Amino acid sequence: MKPRVFLGLVVSAGLLVTACSSISQIGTSVAVATGQISPGQAAAINQSAQAVQQSFQDFTPEQEYYIGRSVAAVILTKYRPYDDPAATRYINLLGQSLAMASDRPETFRGYHFLILDSDDINALSAPGGFVFVTRGLLRCAKSEDQVAAILCHEITHVVLKHGLQAIKKSRITAALTNAALTGVEVAGPSDVAQLTATFSDSINDITSTMINSGYSREFEVQADRGAVDLMKRVGYDPWALVDVLEVMKLRLKPGGNDFAKTHPDPAFRIEVVEKEIGSAQRSTTVNPERQARYEAAMAGI
Amino acid sequence: MSGLKRWVLGGWLLVALTGLAAADQKNMMSVTVEQAAVRATPSFLGKIVASLAYGDRVAVVAEKQDWVEVALPQGGDGWLHSSALTTKVVVLQSGQNVSQSASSSEVALAGKGFNEQVETQYQDESHLDYTWVNRMEKIVFSPDVLVKFLAEGGITGDQGGGN
Ligand SMILES: [Zn+2]
Repeated sequence: MKPRVFLGLVVSAGLLVTACSSISQIGTSVAVATGQISPGQAAAINQSAQAVQQSFQDFTPEQEYYIGRSVAAVILTKYRPYDDPAATRYINLLGQSLAMASDRPETFRGYHFLILDSDDINALSAPGGFVFVTRGLLRCAKSEDQVAAILCHEITHVVLKHGLQAIKKSRITAALTNAALTGVEVAGPSDVAQLTATFSDSINDITSTMINSGYSREFEVQADRGAVDLMKRVGYDPWALVDVLEVMKLRLKPGGNDFAKTHPDPAFRIEVVEKEIGSAQRSTTVNPERQARYEAAMAGI
Repeated sequence: MSGLKRWVLGGWLLVALTGLAAADQKNMMSVTVEQAAVRATPSFLGKIVASLAYGDRVAVVAEKQDWVEVALPQGGDGWLHSSALTTKVVVLQSGQNVSQSASSSEVALAGKGFNEQVETQYQDESHLDYTWVNRMEKIVFSPDVLVKFLAEGGITGDQGGGN
């Protein structure tokens, strides 16, 4: 077993305790009433329960997927899709190839990519693997490796669940407490109404972060480092991320409602990326098939 | 209170009281993806030998890098990428797997919460259009096609292994 996998299991075990305690206070009173445990045992459980907090990790993969779908639907109110089947096919072949090699190749219903018909320089990724990239951003790239760089950054946001982490803690508590109380029984109309209100608030938390305020600098650094690692792993030139950031540096307009607002300055990102690349040499050859298919697919961009 | 609900709450409490280390459960994991292809070898290119559904519980037989070998409910075994598995118990909305997990010492994460029913209600209230979201979801390439795509582009890394 590789150390990373082992660590994952340990972390999961910790989260079990977290999820467990979320409803234990209610659970203990019920259990005492039904004679399952003594009041003394209940007090002990409640005390230990309060020491732990719920987190975004407590959302199930299915819940993450439903959150992602609605975040995607909101993104599509801001941007319209670029309906070019050849370009869409290409971006999905490339993106799904990269996602397959990521630390999290499997999400509830997989990774899917869509181009947005906008001159903005922007990309947005919704939980579970719905990834959007604008024509404006794709025009900053001149090769498949550079498009791969853009997609690897977005895939890393999904892998690390940055979207889910934009949800305010109070919503998570509301959602999961309600979910736990409802248990496996059919939810009544008031449960659904309450959950839907919390759901709506959660979608707003994510979309307002992604579209307006941006993630933290720390998350963006993680996404750039993850992008470099993923590119190296798959076999794309990580220097392509530097190339695309150099173009963005020239093209991003101050005050723009895109990466200009939501991402760190390209100059800063280049520093992070170069450090992560380390001693890896810049690729000096261009694969003709790769360049030809890139140019064919992106002809209309 | 129904028997089911009482069991669910009781199950959580049992976890709190006994800890998570019950020997008979430590090697059990649950499937976290809607449909998981189980492969003959620890690779996305391995032959598909079975399919498992969200919430299915499987016993871990072995692990190799990011791949987990599991015993199949119908007999035999196969490999899944570790990102398709969790040590948690996933309770389905329908409660189908409750009997399976009844002996579990691990916590059950409720399948209720943000689900299709909640999305439907949210769609009604928000008037959002999911046409393209649904269309996007249908774009799925198999690992074979993806590996061929990388090979044709002359990309020679560690691709296809998911690690
Ligand atoms: Zn980013």
